[in-house]
Amino acid sequence: MKRRATILLGSAVVALAALAFAATRVVAANKIDPVADAKAFQNFFFQKFPNVKREDFVNGPYSMNEDMRRQWQEKEEFPPYEFALDAGKEMFAAPFKNGKGYADCFPNGGIGIRQNYPYFDEKEGKVVTLELALNRCREANGEAPYSYVKDEMASLTAYMAFTSRGKPMDIKLPDDPRALAAFENGKRYFYTRRGQMNFSCASCHVQSPGERIRAEVLAPALGILNAMPIYRSEWSGMGTTSRRFITCNSQTRAVPLEPQADEYRDVEYFLSYVANGLPISGPGARP
Amino acid sequence: MLQDDALTAFPCKPALLLTLVALTGLAASPARAQSAVADGEKLAFDRGKGNCLTCHVIRGGDLPGTIGPELKDIKTKYPARNELVAILFDETKRNPQTMMPPFGRNRLLTDQEISAIVDFLQTL
Ligand code: HEC
Ligand code: HEC
Repeated sequence: MKRRATILLGSAVVALAALAFAATRVVAANKIDPVADAKAFQNFFFQKFPNVKREDFVNGPYSMNEDMRRQWQEKEEFPPYEFALDAGKEMFAAPFKNGKGYADCFPNGGIGIRQNYPYFDEKEGKVVTLELALNRCREANGEAPYSYVKDEMASLTAYMAFTSRGKPMDIKLPDDPRALAAFENGKRYFYTRRGQMNFSCASCHVQSPGERIRAEVLAPALGILNAMPIYRSEWSGMGTTSRRFITCNSQTRAVPLEPQADEYRDVEYFLSYVANGLPISGPGARP
Repeated sequence: MLQDDALTAFPCKPALLLTLVALTGLAASPARAQSAVADGEKLAFDRGKGNCLTCHVIRGGDLPGTIGPELKDIKTKYPARNELVAILFDETKRNPQTMMPPFGRNRLLTDQEISAIVDFLQTL
């Protein structure tokens, strides 16, 4: 009974948020306010989970559940992503056939910069994610791109995240209408229901974080990308952000997009921007 | 809805059938009712069908989720069968923000399947 009351209350808050969202969309043409959005988004979670430390939301399901947290902390002594991390470090340092390397493609040689991705590229007029930037680096140097959902990409981003651990997410929104539009588009994608099950990303990660869906504890949307990429026992391996988005869509019988489709790039931009200030915690390990 | 249900339950005697349903519902045929309940339970637990355990604790089911309320004492709470059919068909009508998928509207379950699940729910 109590639980039901909380669920209904939660729904009411989400309903209000949705209304507010609908209202902002009506005036979207002249007023998109990402700063206010980010503040409201963070406050929603801080108020819903007053006992969770702010910097802890980036630990996904572990921030929501004491039992899981204990198991995780035991596991962290021998982290299951260690293998990917070592592989990523080696791959990152190995020169391409033309003698150049990843370090040549990124600011600060690619070290300690994860918190700045994705960014809005004003030349292209689009959002560029870390995974996309890595493949562009490869292609610019005559190398074949990696699959966005497989181990090589996850190893590279695991290493890059590791060199940025603890740094606060720091996504910029340039004063460019196209950047605002990308933010707004990502937000719309996040809150739109789709597929036969009629879920939005928010149904699970805003409305129900901390609840069990079957045996899995749902991660809160706040800081949900700070731990990417993640090792999942269920996958017996690593998963990139692209892999996670596609899995969430297809597990709910929604048609997944192509990795790095504009909407996925935009939703990553939106989720990362509203997590500004929360520390990078990747790579993560999940049960 | 009731009609469909009845037609599958008693395929041959429409006149008698209507009377029977009106008077006593499925209880008129305990064996049949029992198998509808068993079918309903299977459909409710089947991951490819109702998969209700994803969100609800249900007696007899493993690894339940906690997104929805435990399904118990259903008959007390929803004495009218129609209400349950409506919840399964499209809960967004009662609560636009609900997580519960619109099983009927989005054709995740047929009317017959929903009916069997409702039979099962009424035993909880
Ligand atoms: C019906 C439920 C559901 C929907 C809808 C859903 N997800 Fe998920 N998501 C999950 C589950 C279950 C997990 C694994 C447990 C966890 O970590 O939350 C997960 C994990 C994630 C993670 C990794 C979090 C972590 O810390 O491990 C990300 C990122 C994510 N989802 C993003 C999305 C996005 C973006 C969408 C919409 C395109 C979406 N999800 C839609 C259920 C859902
Ligand atoms: C993804 C989550 C989800 C799934 C799957 C789901 N439900 Fe629900 N259900 C809910 C939620 C949440 C509620 C609470 C009411 C609301 O949100 O409107 C609910 C409410 C109900 C109620 C009303 C209970 C009460 O005490 O008032 C019944 C009955 C019900 N569900 C039956 C089912 C059946 C049967 C199935 C499978 C065929 C099912 N549900 C699948 C989430 C779900």
